[in-house]
Order: sequence, then structure tokens, then C-alpha cells
Amino acid sequence: MSTSSVSKGCFVFKPSAKKKKTLSLEDHFSHGCESAESSEKRFKLCQDLWDKIKSDTEVLQDDLNRKILDSLLDFTRKCSSTRQLSDWASQMRASEIPTAALVLGVNVPDHDMTFQSLSELLQQSVTPHVASVQAKECGALKHLMKRVLERLMGTDVTVDDEEEEEAEQTSTPLHKSVHCSLSTLCDWYKTKTKKSNTPGKKRSSPSRDDPQQPPVVIIFKDLEAFNPKVLQDFILICSRYIERLPLMFIFGIATSPSTIQHMLPHSVSSLLCIELFQSLSCTQHLATVIDQLILTHHFPFKLNAKVLQVLMSIFLYHDFSVRNFIKGLQLALLEHFHSQPLSVLCCKKKDALLNVMQLSHSDLERIRNLPSFKRYVEKQEPQEQVNLSKDDTHLKEVCQKLIKGLHKYHKNYYPVLRCLHTLTSSLPRYPLGKQVRELHLICLEKNVWENEDYQTAMKLLRMLAKDELVALLQRCVEILQPVKSKKMKNAFLQLTDLLTKFKQLDTVAAEPPPCVEEPIISPVRNLQKKTDLFQLQKTLLEMNESRRAKKLSPFEVLRNEALEFLDNLVKSHLSPPESHTLNEVCYYTSSATVRRHLNATPRTSIQAALNSPYYYLQNDRLKTVDGSVSNSAPDICIAYKLHLECGRLINLYDWLEAYATVVSAAEGNNPDSDNYGKVEEVKHARFIRAVSELEFLGFIKSTKQKTDHVARLTWGGC
Amino acid sequence: MTKMLQHSGYEEERLQRVAELLPCREVQAGMLLSLMGQPQQCSYPSIFIYGHRASGKSHVMQVLLKELELPHATVSCVECVSVALLFEQVLLSFFGCDAASLLPRSPSLSDFVRIYRQHCSQTPAKQTRYIVMEKAELLRDTDANLLPALLRLQELVDDNVTIILLSEIVWDKFRPNTGCFEPLLLHFPDYSKGELQQILSQDKHPSYSAEFYSSYINILLGVFYSVCRDLRELRHLAALNFSKFCEPLAEGKVKETDTHKLWRNIEPHLKKAMQTVYLREVSSLQWEQLQQMEERECGALRGLSAHTHVELPYYSKFLLIAAYLASYNPARTDKRFFLKTCFSYKINKFVVDSRVAPTASIFSQISSLVTLQLLTKVSHDDQLDAPKYKCAVSMDFICAISRTVNFEIIKYLYDFL
Repeated sequence: MSTSSVSKGCFVFKPSAKKKKTLSLEDHFSHGCESAESSEKRFKLCQDLWDKIKSDTEVLQDDLNRKILDSLLDFTRKCSSTRQLSDWASQMRASEIPTAALVLGVNVPDHDMTFQSLSELLQQSVTPHVASVQAKECGALKHLMKRVLERLMGTDVTVDDEEEEEAEQTSTPLHKSVHCSLSTLCDWYKTKTKKSNTPGKKRSSPSRDDPQQPPVVIIFKDLEAFNPKVLQDFILICSRYIERLPLMFIFGIATSPSTIQHMLPHSVSSLLCIELFQSLSCTQHLATVIDQLILTHHFPFKLNAKVLQVLMSIFLYHDFSVRNFIKGLQLALLEHFHSQPLSVLCCKKKDALLNVMQLSHSDLERIRNLPSFKRYVEKQEPQEQVNLSKDDTHLKEVCQKLIKGLHKYHKNYYPVLRCLHTLTSSLPRYPLGKQVRELHLICLEKNVWENEDYQTAMKLLRMLAKDELVALLQRCVEILQPVKSKKMKNAFLQLTDLLTKFKQLDTVAAEPPPCVEEPIISPVRNLQKKTDLFQLQKTLLEMNESRRAKKLSPFEVLRNEALEFLDNLVKSHLSPPESHTLNEVCYYTSSATVRRHLNATPRTSIQAALNSPYYYLQNDRLKTVDGSVSNSAPDICIAYKLHLECGRLINLYDWLEAYATVVSAAEGNNPDSDNYGKVEEVKHARFIRAVSELEFLGFIKSTKQKTDHVARLTWGGC
Repeated sequence: MTKMLQHSGYEEERLQRVAELLPCREVQAGMLLSLMGQPQQCSYPSIFIYGHRASGKSHVMQVLLKELELPHATVSCVECVSVALLFEQVLLSFFGCDAASLLPRSPSLSDFVRIYRQHCSQTPAKQTRYIVMEKAELLRDTDANLLPALLRLQELVDDNVTIILLSEIVWDKFRPNTGCFEPLLLHFPDYSKGELQQILSQDKHPSYSAEFYSSYINILLGVFYSVCRDLRELRHLAALNFSKFCEPLAEGKVKETDTHKLWRNIEPHLKKAMQTVYLREVSSLQWEQLQQMEERECGALRGLSAHTHVELPYYSKFLLIAAYLASYNPARTDKRFFLKTCFSYKINKFVVDSRVAPTASIFSQISSLVTLQLLTKVSHDDQLDAPKYKCAVSMDFICAISRTVNFEIIKYLYDFL
């Protein structure tokens, strides 16, 4: 009944060994690694980078979750404090169970982390009694009850060490499941709170709130998956104990809060005091992650457009899971360092320069073979070309220079990217995308300024009013200001200059605007007379022309100047990485690998196995020249191959005969003999087995339309 | 006003107190008392009490048994996830934990009867023992022999014990088809408006006069009586809105006696409460905060059902649309709608562009959708090779989803042709 997303666990790649501490990760890494000599170094680089990515994302996650978690914590505190108020109103409605409905979005794989930090925070600052339950472990009320009790009473024993002995003496033994009722929990709670009230109590953390009555929080991680009946009964039971046990619920909701009303009838929901908490949407979350991890020069490791596209599409089309996105990033990182020997240079500039000097001859040969380097060489003088291909030390020096260039490129790329994004993201219809990542993808693919959308964006920018433009430029200035590179500082100065000029316009150009209105008005007058569409278009074009030809106002001059400046900035800094020499060092390009690993296609693999059993069985006899299946292939392969030639309905008898013929040929029987192609018992049995296997794999199914026929279910390549 | 309860077996004083605690239920309490007889007298084996929610069944029983200090065990059947818990609670309250601990791991009815008899012979009942079972309708789902056995427990354990079943359902729905001992039936009718008024007026705010609170209850009932007669709910609503009612009083604009002005002030407010907090669209806590806020800010708070928008991954949306179409269109009409793009699938019928390869993620998305209760599995759980799903979302929902992906679902629905 409760199936959680398979995508949580379908990553089959190397770091899975991380869990086994006994096996050295490094061994795994260097196994089958290109160019083993530098593998150690690469492994270290990779590890460091991954650690950094991991810690960064964790910090990021915490930051993003902070707001909602804080409000949740406030809610729990408030609930536990109002409960103890003795005023009339709060006493009157004390029977409601405070409930926080936490809407988290459909990216289920990410929720675990949120709940983890939530329960940790709760334990730290509000109450030691927190239990979280999942739907799949609570099929029946009994199980739910048991889990809640186990988590509450069990964890507490292990967490608070000094209380362990006492707890063992006083608390009723839980292993006897007969006692699995909330009254047991009540008793336990009573002893617990009494104990912490006694003088000389050791617990310090929750004392800030109300040490006497810390609430008991139960977190339902996936509300939708719970059996409504179980949940209703549980709530009914809990409401009976609410006076003795300060319970509190947190519902994790993936879809929408209205599910609560779908699941719980009014008689039950009236027992709850539900407050809604909406978490950050996952797209925003991803945008922040991309902003921090990908759109920065701090990480030397980069993805090219295709890989990024694959990761993005998995996110947008499939799971909305930021966690999976980061996993994908990790995969790309590992693959890059594993398969690219030159990735030793993919690190901080200082280290990279050092590493260049330590490159071996074979590594240098690899550099010479890099496409980007070849292109570079071709542009050099003949003498230099010879030097580069012969002299290793000279090559190293050049490499250092090139690496420096690459780093400089990255340093300038991102600020300019952001500037361009600020300018274009507010334009109507978003010619260059709403998000920075879309613009980034465009820039990665080819020269952005050759893009048609870029031209339209520029056109639109040329129509901006002054205050809008100034505001945008101001934001660009803010982006450029903290950047340390020389070129960006220069750009910053120029932009501020332009901005001041814009501002001066107000004071200086108080003079009346030049009389440009005349030429515009006259065609408009003409326009009224004309009714024909073609004429209208023509006049409009003329108007456009005349406007262009007319004398520009100082603001327009300045605007053009500013945009010209920005255009130049884009042209000089936003060239795609492929145009830069040695980009292969930093950019991971194999989108197919990533796709294959992250977005597995089970059917394709099955079909591949059936079509070419040789690769799977490693048997030379199965190898065929033209790619067809040999006669001696496994039965299922032959049956599969034969079924491909059939239409929608397959006559079983024909199929069997064809099969028998093929198999007879494989046995080397004489085609002329009587037995050839005869169906005997063994063949019959083998055929039936093959057919049922195919049915199991979902290629055929029995049909009621015709007896002794089966229906074929798959066509084409997918 | 309160009729005196009279019974020879009990002290006057106690009966007096009981009568005070049970307003508007004197008739039923008197009836029960006469059924129960004097403490030492042998009582009828089983009594069945039914009446709507919050009609005072449990309350009457509790008050009677507690105030008259009769030996009793109260068990809620919701709580008894297994019969073991039920037996345990009964034994615990009659004979202490020694008896309860004698129960084997998964006790049968006869275990219970055996232990009961054993202890009962040691400490025979001087007074009738009562077992009160709340939400007795759940007993129907337990073992078939439990309910008939409980109904004649008196005979089985040979003790002066009475079972009192409380339920919202009439006895006719209980009667097992094998027949059983017929309990005495007792009906608790709903409270009338006047009775509600009387009961609600009792929990008055300490700092205001009883008449003032009573007039408030009168107004409250005027608004809510047509939709809700649940005492508990009304009491809750009364508590929530009282502070608003008192507001003009606190500001000194109105006197306590000026009911009309007070009514004018509170009436729209209560009407709004009916649409929000009564339906639990807004929690009571938020409602209270809302009252403190200015009127203009009230619009900012949206109810639970206002949030129906669900963000889904792109392919999930298509999967859902496809599932919806497959669920509501007859299969034979597929050709008509999707001559070009449809590819029929063994699990579902997809409208998804045929370029999309069936990857593992797509499959896992199906199961995610099941977890989110947007699809439901209709085939049996252990049927692995050809699972069947049904789309479980509403028309509005699917229309909203298809609008986001520019798919005109109406055009493809058979019912709309």
C-alpha cells in the first residue's frame, strides 16, 4: 500500500562504499580509474570538494528551513504555555489538541532532512519528548500506538544517560505489548515530569520554557499515506488523554492542507486546533542551491550545459527533489575525477598551478590531445607550435598561464551573468528566462549575444523608461561592487560613472525637450484616414524609421551608451566555456553517463539484454556479425526476437513452429531430415517457459479476443 | 428547577449533588438508578444506552458511578486495539494489577472469565460492579463471540456485574445474526434548545453576571442552533467568541443590559465564525488572534481548504491527467481521442508524448502519486505484474493541473462530448 519513491534508492554508483568503512574508498576510486598514478591526488581533491559541497548544502538547508522551523517552535511553545494558563477561555478549549500542518511540497525524498532537523530542534529547545512516525510502519492502530510509545519512552532512556537507571526501575516494561496503551504513556509521563521537578534536577535545556509540562510531540511524517481510519482512531484516543498528557501533533503534508479535511471527518477534526505552516517551495530551494553551488567561482568543478540540463530536467520533470539534484551533482563530480586524469588541475588556482608543474609526460600528452588545446595550438606561430608539442617545460608554463586565464574567466563570468540576468529578468515575456539558471544554460551552450532572444531583450531594454533603467543599473552596480577581479572593478567604475550621468540628467537637462513631436504627429494624422491594413503597417514602419532618424534626447544617448557598455561586457565575458582552452579540466561533459545512472530505463536494458545476450553472458558463441540473435541464444531471446516480427496478436502455434525451426537449426540438425523443425516435448516445454518469461517481463499478455493467441504489448524502441 | 432524584439505596446528599451535575438529564438518571437498584441488589446483566454525540451518555454514567462511589470500570472501545487491553482494564479496575498481570499474552475470552471468577471468589462483590463501554459500536468489529458473551457476563462469571454499553447507533444494528441476550435499551434524546441554553449557561465567565452570559448564549444559539446541536461544539464556540461579545462592554460603550446593541455587535462576527472556525478552516488559536487584530487584516488569513494548489513535477502532471482520462473514459474511446499521440500502456493509458521513455523515475512517480493519495491502487496488493490504478482526484483539481501544462482536458473527456 505505501510505496515510497524508488528514486530514493536507485543510485548505483561508487560512493555507496562510503558506508562500509572497512573497505577503503580510495581503492574503489582507483579501481578502473584512468591514469592510476594521479588517482590518489584526484581522489583527495574530489573528496575535499564533495565535503565542501555537502557542508555548504547543509548550511543552506538549515538557513532555508530556519524560518519555518522557528515559527513551528514558537507554535509549540505557545501551545504548551497556553495550556497551563488558568484563565477562563483557555480552560474552556483545553480539550483541543494543538496541531501544526506543515506543508512541504511533493518532493518527498527531501522531507526526511527537514523532519530530522525539526525533531532535533524541538528536542533541544522545547521538549525532550518527540516521536516521529511514518505511514508505512503504522498499518494498524496497534502498530502506530506501539511506535509512538517506543519512540517516546525508548529514545528518552537512551538520550538522557543519567536517568537511565531510574527509568529502568520505574517505567513499565514495554516489551509486553499488552501495556501498549496511552494510559501507560500517561503514567510514564507523570513519573518523568515528577522526576524532573524534584530538586537537584540535572536537565538544563528545557528549563527555559516550562519544565513541569513539556509537551509530547508526535510527528506524522507523511499524512497522506496514513490510513484515515487509523489516524482518526488515534486522534480520538489521544483526545481522551489530553487533560493528563499535553500532546501535540505535527502533520507533514505533501499535497495540500485540504487533505486533512478529506481524511478526517468533522467529528475528529473538531478535536484538533490546526495551524498551517507553508514551507519554501522546492523550486525556490533549488534556485538557492544552484546559486550557491553552481553559479559561483568558488567551486572549480563545473558542469557543461548538457549535464546541467539533464539534472535540471530530472528535477523539473520527475521528482522535484533537491536532495536528488545534489546526488546527481555528486555523481558528476565523482565521474569527472574518476574518468578525467587531468582533473588534478580542477582545484584552487594556487594548487592547480602547483599541480601543473608536477604533471607527468603522459599527462602532458593528454593535454596536447585536448580539443581545446589543439585549437589553441593552431592559432599560434609555427615556432611556438613546435615548442608546445615538443618541449614539456614550455608546455607547463603555457598551461599555468592558461589555467590562470580560465580562473579569471570564471571570476568574471558569474558577476556579468548576474548583471545580465537582473537586466533581463524583469522584461515582458522573459526573453532570456525567468531564472538565472536558464540564462546560465543559454550562455553555456553558445555565444549568448548571437541568440535571437538576446537581441529582443536588448531591444526591449532600449525602450526602458529612465527610472526603471536606473534601478536596474543600480542593482548591477551592487552585484559588481564586491567582485575583486580587475576587470570587474573597472566595469564597476564605468557603471557608477554612467549612473551619475543619469542622475545629472535631471539637474542639467531641465531644458525643454527638442521638438521632436512634429514628425510623429503628422503620420498619426494620416493614419486616421487610412483603413487598409497594409497601409497601416507601412505607416507604422515609417513612424519607426522617422523616430530612429530623429535627433536623440540626451537620455536616449546615455541609455544607448549604457546598453552598449553592457553589451560589450557580455561579449567579452559570457563566451561559452568550450571556447576557452583547457576547459576540459573543469567541465564535466558526459551527460549520457549521468542520464544513464540517474534516470534508469529498465525496459531498454531488458530489451538490450534480449537483443544482444552476448554482452551479458560473455559467450563468444552468441556473437553475431550483423547484430541479429544467433540460433544458439537463450530460449527467451529467440522467442523475443520472433515475437518482434508479429503484429498485435500472436498466434501461439505459429510462434512455436518458428521457434522449433530456429532451435533445430541451432542443434545442427540436417534441414532435410524428417525431425527438422518438429515440435517435440522438450522444445515445447522450453518454448512455454520462454513465453511465460516474456509475459512476466511484460512483453505479451493473454487475450480474450482469440483463444490460442497472445497480445503483444510493446512496439518501437521504448 | 432541578427535579429531585429519589432512591432509597443512596444518601440524599449525594443524590442531590448528582442531580446538580446532571442538568436536563434527571429523567434518564432516575431511570438508570431505578434499573441499577440498590448497591447490594443484583442488577440486570446488560444495559444499552444510545443517543447522538454529546447527548450526555458518558457524562451521566461517570457522574452516577463516581458520585455514588460504585465499583466500576470504564473502557473506551476505540482505545482497545486488542481485546487484551479491554480485559486488562476491567481486571485492573476491579481487582488491581495482580489480576491484570495474570492475563496471558494474547488472552481469550475464557482466560478473562477464568481469572475474573478466580478473583471474584476471593473478593465477592458486595455491591454491583459496573463495566461501562464507550463507543460500543466498535465491538461489532471484534470477535463474533465477544459481544454476546459480554451481554451475559453476569452468568458467565457468576458475579453481580452489569455491562453498560454506550453507543451512537441503535441496538438493531448490533444484534448478531446468531441471536443473543437482549439488553435493556435506554435512549438519550437530543437536548432541546432550551436545555442547551440551560446547560451552556452554567459555565459562565467568573467576572460577568450569570444573566449576561445567559443572554450571550441565547444569541449564540440563535445563530448556531440551525447548523449545530452538538453541545461540545457549541461550548467551544461559546468560549471562543465570548471575548468579542464583551468588547463593547469593556470599552464602556454599552451596558450589560443593552442586549440589542450587543447582538448587533456580535451577530456578523458569529456568522463569520460559522463559516470558518466551526468548519475548522481556521484553528481556534488563529481565530482568537484574529479577534485581536483589526478588521481589515482579517482577509489575509485563508482557510485550510483555500490551499488546494499542488505543485507537481512535469511528468507527474501528465501521468495524473492520463490516469484521470483512463479512469473516466471508456477504454474503447481511446482511439477517438488519441489517434496519434496515445500509446497504450500495460499499467495505465498515457497521453504522455511517446518520446518519453518509460524510465524508472516514471515508475517511481506512479508509486509516489499513490503515496500522495492522488492515485489509488485498485488491484490486489500481491498482484505484481499488472497493477491497476484509479485516479482519485476531483475534476476541479485535474482541470487546474491541465491548465498549467496547456492541455485542454475537457476536449478529451467522454462525458463532455
